[in-house]
Amino acid sequence: MGQAEFHFLLVGLKWTVILSAAGFAFGGVAGLFVALARTSGFPALERTMAAYIAFFQGTPLLMQLFVVYYGLALIGIRLEAWVSVSIGLTLHASAYLGEIWRGSIEAVPSGQREAAEALSLRYVARMKDVILPQALRISLPATIGFLVQLIKGTSLAAIVGFTELTRAGNIISNQIFEPLTVFGVVGVLYFVICCPLSIIGAQMEKKFAASGR
Amino acid sequence: MDYKLDFSPVIAGMPSLLLGCLGTLTLAICGMALGMLIGVGGVFLRDSSFKPFRWLVIGFVEIIRNTPFLVQIFFIYFALPFAGIRLNPTPTAIVALGVNGGAYAIEIIRGGINSIARGQTEAGLALGLHKAEVFRFIILKPALRAIFPSLTSQFILLTLSTSIASAISAYELTSVSQRIESESFRSFEVYFTDTFFYLIISWMIMRLFALISARLLSYPVK
Repeated sequence: MGQAEFHFLLVGLKWTVILSAAGFAFGGVAGLFVALARTSGFPALERTMAAYIAFFQGTPLLMQLFVVYYGLALIGIRLEAWVSVSIGLTLHASAYLGEIWRGSIEAVPSGQREAAEALSLRYVARMKDVILPQALRISLPATIGFLVQLIKGTSLAAIVGFTELTRAGNIISNQIFEPLTVFGVVGVLYFVICCPLSIIGAQMEKKFAASGR
Repeated sequence: MDYKLDFSPVIAGMPSLLLGCLGTLTLAICGMALGMLIGVGGVFLRDSSFKPFRWLVIGFVEIIRNTPFLVQIFFIYFALPFAGIRLNPTPTAIVALGVNGGAYAIEIIRGGINSIARGQTEAGLALGLHKAEVFRFIILKPALRAIFPSLTSQFILLTLSTSIASAISAYELTSVSQRIESESFRSFEVYFTDTFFYLIISWMIMRLFALISARLLSYPVK
């Protein structure tokens, strides 16, 4: 594999990073609303959100990307592949992050909420200043774990036909007939991004477990 | 857009779609079985006193957990012939699923065994239980109970990731659908239907595992 081929893989890597960042950022914002709705105390809203989460956790990411990709085209919205993949990843991430953050919101001791209410803090102040900062801390290991999962998930954009890192690897491998070298390098590139995140996540988990929250 | 949804190719292809569901289940069950074997073997090596084995297992787990399954399946697909093993796409997919699931199983099983406090086994022995009884009642059952929820969600994740095996055209639901799609061009209808098949499959697995857990692992120990 020459320099030109490696450069092509790096361009693919750039798209992998863009897809992951977009999915995580937008999915994070949407996921926050999913988590808040899931813990809102309104049964109908909570049940709708539970169904939303169950749907995304019970179907393959590949299917979600396919349905968004072809579904948007159906209703006449023509988008570039990377945009529709980003939308798919955003929906996927919003459900998973929503579920992770629901767990952390519920893990904040109930005395905290009661104290905030006793101080007559309204919902927004109670969430923003009391509950969410603590929930965020609790959720960090799982959130980072999901980020790694999302980065790996962007590889499925290759099957939809978008040239990110994995598909770049596919193209190069078909050109130079060295699949083991090419996919080895592709794997190393993913590993270089994901492994530090995994280590940080594991360390946080250990630290929180030691401090007993 | 004046596009009319047309599910007739999906309905016409229903028998092959249902067979595809069976293919998906076969992949998932065989992959999980292989994964559990790798998991148990991996835990033995991981906790053996021979250092190189430990490093080997730690390296294996970290490599698998930090690279996408799609890349792993491509790598294995091309690597097996190099190792002189010629397999069809479907067995190749099972190997890839097993290797992937195995790495996660190692971590889950280790967590379960570590969850049993050392004093428990010692107490069991002190009460005059046989070693086999200690293993069965004091280690195995509580450990299984501890890891059962993560094992369930791992199995569902593995089942969902069988869809990725369509990339090497293994026999399962997604690749069957891709064939129907390429003949009828009804992409949305086909994949939309698939989504519900997957939803039903993962729901069934969840119910089944909940039933097993309630029957065999309920507390107090029967």
